[in-house]
Amino acid sequence: MEVLLLNDDTIAAVATGLGGAGIGIIRISGKNAVDIGNALFVNPKEKTLKDAESHQLLYGRVRDPITKKDIDEVLISKMKAPHSYTAEDVVEINCHGGIVSLRKILSLVIKAGARLAEPGEFTKRAFLNGRIDLTQAESVMDIINAKTEKSLEYSVGQLEGRLSQKLEELDGALIGILAHMEVNIDYPEYDIEEISYAFVNNEIIKLLNIIKELLLVAETGKIYREGITTAILGEPNVGKSSLLNTLLMEEKAIVTEIPGTTRDTIEEYMNIQGIPFKIIDTAGIRETDNLVEKLGVEKSRKLLKQTNLVIFMRDISKELSPGEKELLELLKNRKTIYIANKTDSLEREGIKIPTPWIPMSLMKEQGIDILKNKMVEMVYDGTVNQDADYLITNTRHIQLLEKTKASLENAMTTMKIKMPIEVVSIDIMDALEFLRGITGKAVGIDIINQIFKNFCIGK
Amino acid sequence: MTYLGGEYDVIVIGAGHAGSEAALASARLGCKTLLLTLSLDSVAMMPCNPSIGGTGKGHLVREIDALGGEMGKNIDATMIQSKMLNTGKGPAVHSLRAQADKKAYQFRMKEVIENQENLLLKQQEATEILVENGEIIGVKVHTGAVYTCKAAVICSGTYLKGRIFIGDIQYDSGPNGLFPAMSLSDSLEKNGIELQRFKTGTPARVDAKTLDYSKMVIQKGDDHIVPFSFETDHIDMEQVPCYLTYTNPETHQMINDNMERSPLYTGDVVGVGPRYCPSIETKVLRFKDKDRHQIFIEPEGLNTNEAYVQGMSSSLPEDVQIALYRTVPGMEKVEFMRSAYAIEYDCIHPTRLKPSLESKDVKGLFFGGQINGTSGYEEAAAQGLIAGINAAQYLRSEQPFVIDRSDGYIGVLIDDIITKGVDEPYRMMTSRSEYRLLLRQDNADLRLTPMGHTLGLISQERYNQFLDKKAAIENEIKRIAEVIVKPTEENNIILDSLASSKIRHGVTLSELIRRPEIKYLQTKPFDSERPLLHWSVVEQVEVMIKYEGYIKKQLLQVEQFKKLENKYIPQGLDFRTISGLRIEAIEKLHEIKPQSIGQASRISGVSPADLSVLLIALEQRRRNSETHKGENRNE
Repeated sequence: MEVLLLNDDTIAAVATGLGGAGIGIIRISGKNAVDIGNALFVNPKEKTLKDAESHQLLYGRVRDPITKKDIDEVLISKMKAPHSYTAEDVVEINCHGGIVSLRKILSLVIKAGARLAEPGEFTKRAFLNGRIDLTQAESVMDIINAKTEKSLEYSVGQLEGRLSQKLEELDGALIGILAHMEVNIDYPEYDIEEISYAFVNNEIIKLLNIIKELLLVAETGKIYREGITTAILGEPNVGKSSLLNTLLMEEKAIVTEIPGTTRDTIEEYMNIQGIPFKIIDTAGIRETDNLVEKLGVEKSRKLLKQTNLVIFMRDISKELSPGEKELLELLKNRKTIYIANKTDSLEREGIKIPTPWIPMSLMKEQGIDILKNKMVEMVYDGTVNQDADYLITNTRHIQLLEKTKASLENAMTTMKIKMPIEVVSIDIMDALEFLRGITGKAVGIDIINQIFKNFCIGK
Repeated sequence: MTYLGGEYDVIVIGAGHAGSEAALASARLGCKTLLLTLSLDSVAMMPCNPSIGGTGKGHLVREIDALGGEMGKNIDATMIQSKMLNTGKGPAVHSLRAQADKKAYQFRMKEVIENQENLLLKQQEATEILVENGEIIGVKVHTGAVYTCKAAVICSGTYLKGRIFIGDIQYDSGPNGLFPAMSLSDSLEKNGIELQRFKTGTPARVDAKTLDYSKMVIQKGDDHIVPFSFETDHIDMEQVPCYLTYTNPETHQMINDNMERSPLYTGDVVGVGPRYCPSIETKVLRFKDKDRHQIFIEPEGLNTNEAYVQGMSSSLPEDVQIALYRTVPGMEKVEFMRSAYAIEYDCIHPTRLKPSLESKDVKGLFFGGQINGTSGYEEAAAQGLIAGINAAQYLRSEQPFVIDRSDGYIGVLIDDIITKGVDEPYRMMTSRSEYRLLLRQDNADLRLTPMGHTLGLISQERYNQFLDKKAAIENEIKRIAEVIVKPTEENNIILDSLASSKIRHGVTLSELIRRPEIKYLQTKPFDSERPLLHWSVVEQVEVMIKYEGYIKKQLLQVEQFKKLENKYIPQGLDFRTISGLRIEAIEKLHEIKPQSIGQASRISGVSPADLSVLLIALEQRRRNSETHKGENRNE
């Protein structure tokens, strides 16, 4: 928390939304911005960012300083303080290798010492450093909480399912260890078994394995798979599952390792003409009459909020039902592709389907290419783009998991060199705080509560 | 009929552990002080356990002493047993605890108070606070006397509308059979101070001659007694033991059979009790799988048979209490001298206090001790001391004296209660401090004595001694960093005998002491020019070298913490006018009125995003006022 409020460290984030072309800018701001950029950048003519002039674009590559592997071709520039957006030293890296390289570069920047920026933090610094004038203060203040809430929504969205189970497992184990340590410290004369270093060590090894597993899947992108989030919506039996199956058969489906068994929807991943889509399949609600009724208006709205694109499907041989009308109302201001399925069951052929409905017959395999082209087109023309927030939360989670891991490893060292228990508890507390950073939950008095819950103490 | 009883600078209401420290501090800082108590026989009374200190609490006592308070000296003079707890763990959590001779403790404190210059002790019940224009101007007592004052400190403990419960018997009473204070609550409420109901309890006092100690385990004090006060050089005395015994299934059965007769479960007690002082019935009910609970027998003094039965507080009816005590080994024939009881009392919402412990509702009115929703003699004394100091600061128009979370447990305690509020009586625990390695009981003087000296509570003589000690520590740390131990065969034989690995090249003495298995004193053979040092100096040198890395890490955290504590929020800022704050944050900020961004960051319900918004609002305000200044200049 302190770090966050003192505004004297170096922050980084993806500064643009991710279009289909995958061009993105990573912005770094703060006293170490130039050093960080410099450490990652290589130029064919051996120009360095450090020696470059302010506000000049340099061409080159970002290279991983450890593996010496090139990540992406980039254009890089530095803006020396105070002539930059935040009035601090700012470095911007323009890269175009798509989401994967953008994420890779951001994580290199963070490994090199930057902290992932909080929502609205560049603007906040710009204001606090006098770069933005007074009249804009109100809007800056409004942005911060709005953006934070949005990012939390994303974060929570990503945390559903098995990942959040794993995090809870880690959280519970850490609190359990800490409560035991603290009860030994604060209630030494009660007949409570002393927690042993051997036990703590074993627990930590188990926790480290969970974290390593999480990091591995996170880094290979199997858990947080980015893509244009797309929902197929419609009444039962209009052909939604057939459409999904057709798309999955045609495009190589990426089978996710975390099926959302506990929720109403399942996520499928596919690549259409090189663009990643994450299709939210409303399979769990397939058997009911009405999506809105089943999910409730609020939940439907929430689902819609998390999607970048909606494919709405109806059976063209039938009149619009009240449920469909209700759903269409909800979709009014959303990026939507309207599909009129079952043209094959129309009485006579050649009936003109009014725009914006795309005619389709899954039975006759008609209209699928038109849909795919439309999906891709909407990404390329910018109608739909994936929010960088997804990428950010992913990077943030990895960063926090790594810090949790490092703190636990510190705890093991601290025990190994026979430091007393109250020193070990500092490292474990650090671990818990980093872990809690993922969910935004404060540590607060949880440990004291746990002590009283688990142990019978008191005079 | 009322009459003018006298004019004072400061009036302290209540002469328990908080009131005694408050009155002494105020008087020692030169204020003409009046200390009112319901009974002259209950000054510094210990209505619960006969001990001072313990984990976290021992730290508080040392801090009180380091600032020039009385509690440490008082227990040093009247203890009958002493123990350093947690010696198997690191120095940060070593905690002193001493058994007191209760009456001796009271008599000594009363004597100190009676002989303090500027201080008058009176047996009178304060019934009203007199407030004019939102400022305290005096206190009225039950006899009709009115005493005027410029500041007042309320340390009313558990007396306000005190109500005692023993099974189905209940009656208005203060602790230990003393009168309750039935009037003052109404006067506080009339002046806008909201009250809540808290509860606590105490076990029976039994006649020691009816106990069979042969069936219990003896608990002796330490061979070497470490005094609480930095001014006490050493303590020599014959120590009195305590005894340990256990409850058993028979005890638990009896409790289960009679549970419906406990007022805690019939709903008669409405006050909130502390989780760390559960009654025996609560323990049995909540931890069903435990087949025994510890019971400590603690003597209450040298001239009495009364013994405190720790672990057996209860609000069950007296007949059940006696029967269940008699199920415990060694207590088969026990006779009660005082029964166990639960007590309910009025206390304030500490979020209505400033860091100085001054009320946000009445100017010049301070609060200390249990009335602030805390529990424990040491917690009370710590607040009393700070409230007394700040009453004096207020009178002298000086800045409030505030200890922050990185300075001491006193700071943690006060910041916790005023920022987070309390929903049960608050007890100090070392785990409440985030800088535990720095806030050790052994260095309380290094942390706080300079502050006590600046305030005027530490004499020049004591301060000079302190400076000598500080210099000795610094010099020794510097010296041993330059003493080189050579890898001679002789030296390696010594290392081997200390179960430490051999050295291949020269190392400094500090490096050797950093090894966990080696103690400073054991390195004498490598150190021909070692000066003769006091044990307390050696202790500091050792701790500072062994934990250097971790201490440095915490110091860095403190640096960051201080930066946020120093980002002040102007008084009178209306949080409700700041756009962009979430509603929950606005409500909390408006209620607590934090004095710094740091304090705001500790309020639950205020998110980091809210704090960012707050920072921007402050910057906006600052620039606005600059613009206005500029305009004025132009005119």
